Amino acid sequence: MGVWVAILATAVGCYAVKLAGLLVPDGALERPVVRRLAALLPVALLAALTAQQTFADGHALVLDARAAGLAAAAVALVLRAPFLIVVAAAVVVTAGVRALGG
Amino acid sequence: MTSAGSGLTVWQSCALSLLVFTGASQFALVGALAAGGNPLTAAAGAFFLGVRNAFYGLRLSQVLALPRAVRPLAAQWVIDETAAVSLAQPGRRAARIGFTVTGVSLYVLWNLTTLLGALGAEAIGDTDAWGLDAAGPAVFLALLAPMLRTGTERVVAGLAVVLGLGLLPVVPAGVPVLVAALAAPAVLYLKGRRRDEERA
Repeated sequence: MGVWVAILATAVGCYAVKLAGLLVPDGALERPVVRRLAALLPVALLAALTAQQTFADGHALVLDARAAGLAAAAVALVLRAPFLIVVAAAVVVTAGVRALGG
Repeated sequence: MTSAGSGLTVWQSCALSLLVFTGASQFALVGALAAGGNPLTAAAGAFFLGVRNAFYGLRLSQVLALPRAVRPLAAQWVIDETAAVSLAQPGRRAARIGFTVTGVSLYVLWNLTTLLGALGAEAIGDTDAWGLDAAGPAVFLALLAPMLRTGTERVVAGLAVVLGLGLLPVVPAGVPVLVAALAAPAVLYLKGRRRDEERA
């Protein structure tokens, strides 16, 4: 039940901001500070999410196979690999380290 | 695929892709729910990630000049990819075609892969053994990497990581990410102050 609430709340919220952008009159949100903030918010959120989903286990911080997988993804990104290769690298390396007992 | 790995049903995964249709928010929601977060805190994090789409909409409404009646329909397709394609076109006609083609094809592909992924993950069973729990952070990293163009972005990212991990043991699940989002206004504010001091 809670999952459906979260899905619907996210759907309504995300649709509302998309529509708002199309409907708001020109210039209303064009202030430089607002634009800079809109560009930086995803940076902060994505960085925090990346770190958490790599090192978090519930409320504890852990260093496990996922860290190796993320490192592989980072290497793939530096090598300018396509999106799917980056994700595949993380998955394969994580599974590999786990299979070796890491 | 990742969403089914985090305990969502096939239906829930598909509803998410059909209704939300903005990748980063979907992965964020799924990750927060899997970590045991409160549904509304999880939704708030996903919502803030989606806010950037409003700014694409602003630019797009000037380029596309859509009739009012069409806007509620077009809105669902206002995402990173359609904005990038449309804004790169030379004229209004080309931009409209670019927006429509990118929107339709991505919407169909994204929802098909979600369905296949969810069914596939259900068939696999223990997705962790296959390393699929590393797919989420890898997706985030791939989305983040091209954004880290200047020092400001790197400082924001670094501060967000410290806040997100540092608060994890002490506050409820989902909250650290929301606090980490404050890294953005904080760094902007500090940068603004430093510029004012240099001017003074």
